[in-house]
Parts: sequence; C-alpha cells; structure tokens
Amino acid sequence: MRAAELAERVRAAVAETAVVVDVVVARDEVTAIADRSDLLGALEKLRNDTELSFDFLSSVTATDWPGRSPRFWVAYELYSLSHRHRLRVKVGLPEEDPRVPSVTPAYPTANWHERETYDFFGIVFDGHPDLRRILLPDGWESHPLRKTEELGGVNTRYKGAFIPPVDRRTT
Amino acid sequence: MSVDPRAGLHDESPSGEVREETMIVNLGPQHPSTHGVLRLLLELDGETVVSCRPIIGYLHTGIEKNCEYRTWQQAVAFVTRADYLSPFFNELAYCLAVERLLGIEAPPRAQVLRVMFAEMNRVSSHLVWLATAGLELGAVSLMLYGFRERERILDIFEAATGLRMNHAYFRIGGVVMDLPEGAEDRIREFLAMMPGRIGEYEAILSRNPIWIGRNRGVGYLSAEDALALGVTGPTLRAAGVAKDVRRDEPYCGYDTYDFEVVTREEADCYARFEIRIEEMKQSLAIIGQCLDRLEPGAVMVQDPKVRWPGELEVGPDGIGNSPAYVKHIMEESMEALIHHFKMVTEGVQVPAGEVYQPVESPRGELGLYVVSNGDHHPYRVKIRDPSFVNCQAIPTMMAGGLVADAIAVISSFDPVMGGVDR
Repeated sequence: MRAAELAERVRAAVAETAVVVDVVVARDEVTAIADRSDLLGALEKLRNDTELSFDFLSSVTATDWPGRSPRFWVAYELYSLSHRHRLRVKVGLPEEDPRVPSVTPAYPTANWHERETYDFFGIVFDGHPDLRRILLPDGWESHPLRKTEELGGVNTRYKGAFIPPVDRRTT
Repeated sequence: MSVDPRAGLHDESPSGEVREETMIVNLGPQHPSTHGVLRLLLELDGETVVSCRPIIGYLHTGIEKNCEYRTWQQAVAFVTRADYLSPFFNELAYCLAVERLLGIEAPPRAQVLRVMFAEMNRVSSHLVWLATAGLELGAVSLMLYGFRERERILDIFEAATGLRMNHAYFRIGGVVMDLPEGAEDRIREFLAMMPGRIGEYEAILSRNPIWIGRNRGVGYLSAEDALALGVTGPTLRAAGVAKDVRRDEPYCGYDTYDFEVVTREEADCYARFEIRIEEMKQSLAIIGQCLDRLEPGAVMVQDPKVRWPGELEVGPDGIGNSPAYVKHIMEESMEALIHHFKMVTEGVQVPAGEVYQPVESPRGELGLYVVSNGDHHPYRVKIRDPSFVNCQAIPTMMAGGLVADAIAVISSFDPVMGGVDR
C-alpha cells in the first residue's frame, strides 16, 4: 500500500474514536498524531483492522522540545508483518503533566521501551507493570536526554573525591 | 572400611523436613558467558530456573545524547560504536536515515559497496557468535576456528577502512573512499575459502551428540511470544516467521539481489544455530553478486554541501586527509580552506523532519529514528537496537529450564551489550 493510501485507510479506521487528531504523510512515512486519552483503544483498532493489522511494535521513544507546547512527543513505530507497512503514532504531552497510558497490554514489547523512555525523558506511562529506570542506576537524579540536561554535567566520585563534570574542569 | 559415596547428598535436610524456599543467584554482570556485562537474577529451585530478571545498563555510554552535540557527519562515528560487532549496520541505518532527510541517494557503486561490507560484517558477526557459543558450550576448538576466519574479514576491513572495528566508513552520501588496490582479489579469495570452513563447522557440530544435547529443545520461544516481545532476527526466523528487513522493506537495492530468507520451525537453540550457518552461506552469495556488479564510478555524492571536503586516504593510524589535499588547502586555495573549515566545523545542514530507517542487522531489526530541527546537529538519534529488545525474551526462554541451559539460551540469541546499553 502506498503512503497516501495507507494514510487514508488509517484515517478511516480510527475515524469514530476521535483519538487520532491528524494523519500526515512525509518522506513516504505515515504519521498519526494522537491524543493520549484513549491511545490504547486506538492502537488496538489499528492492530485489529484486517487491512492495517499493525501487529508489531518496533520502537517507542520520545523527543523533547522545551519552550514549545506540547513539550514532549512520544513516538510509537508500528509495523505490519502481513502487509509490510509502517505507521508512526505520535502523542504530544504537556511539560507539567508528562503522562501517557502504557501500551503494554496491547504490545508486551513496549515494557522495556517505555522504561527506557521514562529513564531518559521522565515520561510516566500509566498502567506500566514495572516502571523503573533501565539503563541508568536506580538512584540517578534527572532524566538525561531532556534538552535541559547538559552533556557530561555529572559529578563522579573517585576514591572519595568528587570529579567535576568534563565541561567544568579547570585543569 | 567403606565410605558411602552418597553420604551428605541426600535431598532431605538434616532435620528431616523438605526445604521449599528458592534460591536467588546472581549471574553476571562480570561473567565470561554473558556476552559482556549482562546481569541476570535467577531464582532457582534446585537446578531449575523458576524466574529470571535481566538487569542491563552497565555499558551505557550515552551515545544517543552525544550525537545531539556533534555534527551530522561526526555522529556516524558515535552510532558505529553502539553494537560493536556489527558497526557497518549502525552506520548504514544512520546514513540511510539522514540521506532520506536530505532527499539524496548514494551513487550506485557506493550502494554495492555498502551491501558488500554489510554482508561481510554479517559473516564476521555470526563467526563471533559461533566462536563464543562454542566456547560456552564446551566446543573450544570452535572458538579458535571462528576467530581465525573472522580475522580474515577484519583484515579486509582494515585494508579498506583503516580500522578493524568502528570504521565510520559509510558516510552521509556514500562511503568515505573507494576500495584499495587488490581488495577485490582478497574478497574473492575469502569467498573461495569460506564454504569449506563452514563445512568444517557443520562437520564438528551438526552431528555432535553433545552439541545437539545442549541445544535441541532448549530455549524454546514460540513465534507468538517472539512477536509479542518484539524479538527479531535469527531468533524469530527460528520460530518460522520469515521477517527480514532486507526483503520486506528493501534498501540499497537488496530487492535486486538473489538470496533466501532462511527459516526453521523448531524455535529452539539448535534451530538458531542452523539459521546462522545458513545465513552465512547466503551472505557469501550476496558478496559474490556484489563483486560481479562493481562498476567503476563515484562512491560519494558530488554535492559540495553534503560531501566531506577532503580527499581521504588510509594512513598508518587510520583514515585521514591525504597529504596532497592538506597541501592544497594550506598553500594553494583560500576558498578551498574556507569551504573545508565550514564543512568541518558546521557540516551538513539537514532539513527539519523525522525518519525511521530499519535495516536487518545480524541480530534483527536495527532501526534508527532520526529527528532534525533544520540545524547542523541531529536533534534526536534513537537507536532501536535488536539486542535490547531481544533481551526482553530471556525470562520467557529460560523459565522452567536448567541453570546450565541459561548459558545456551543467552548465547543462542547473541546479545551484544554495546547495543543493548548504548
């Protein structure tokens, strides 16, 4: 299915839910902009529609745009094994309340992806079975892939002494 | 006087009551058979694994964050270090993604070179898997054989790119430079040698009762579970699902190559072994087709706003600007110097947008989600590494098995912790 056709089909599949706000085609990729209210329901519709059958979740991640509204965008990369087409679902989240329903009930693979997104961006996935940090240590403060976090701005302890961040070392 | 050999080995505790509690054992993070720094919390009931919790992150180096602080060109050298056993695939996915954002395509010769190096990398990666899996399950000679052949591939890589790993050979708009003299002959030599060597591995392992005993029926992962958990690559194909990005969503002209997507139905460790052996043969066939297709031509787009300004060549310490080019910019042309300075410090400017580019790495679907805000730096680079996702399936594959099988399970899906933790 070509990108334009696919976009049309996605529009039709989720028309009555009103969760998908817009469907955009760019660079042969289809992106559905969704509202977080009933994200899980929308994804299940996309998965169960026989012409779309998005049965495989490749990836979940986020981007951070400080100063804009919404500040965070969570991106879900869906793939259909039978039709071999892809769809990106994006959900915008406000800065003061970065929460989105977890999609683990529909796609168990989202478990670690969502933990990583929480770890990196501090986005809370409601209903996630085990929302802990995954790559960074449990006691880590801040969410390092937010644009407001600087690169290498971390003190390290070595033999009892604190080593200042790379960009603030004087010698 | 005789000693009862079973003294002290009775199942009952001294008080006579049956013990029911399970034991928690930590496997890793520093364990030679966990392929790097993977830590598993195993809950054991005797020898049986009741449950397992993988703990990752020990190798996290912030590659994705680092990319945001570099130019588009420099980021190639970062992503290549994620999954260090398949560096060409990381570079390939990143370069393809950025090229799609720019709306350009690498010249035909560069496309063929990319396919050829990627497939050689697939063979070298599978050889490391074979070597380490053999070592872990007691077939120590495999360790030597695997690394012996891999060395031949790395020699070719070194001759072409200057480095054995982390090549940064694929660049935005093509590859960094053409093949060195004699490289094609070396590759042909390698292609002639490999089928016999693969035959040796099969002769050692395929009918080896120990190898079969350790792998057959171990680490079962059904197609349904694999798909639900996002598992891709040989592990998924071993369960009968013929998902291969090269065929399903072709890039670099893979649809014009003749190769087979190998599948098995058994979904156990042994099926994964068979699949990797067959995939090596398929990769060798593709490399042969690449050699036949190599036509002389440019290996990099000509657009001066995209291509690296310098002429590069392999020096004693890797790739660098050629002395003739350095002389040109330093002594002959002010404009060339200005252009060089601009391209090196600022680099390419990429139109705003986002792209998800999957490629088929030796471990499964490697996807790069690249976002640009129109600046000289990537705004976001997300590496969807197959090892990271496949690690989620460890508890499913291990539950109910023996501790010894845990090692077979880990090696059977071939995680590379550099890719898992990024």
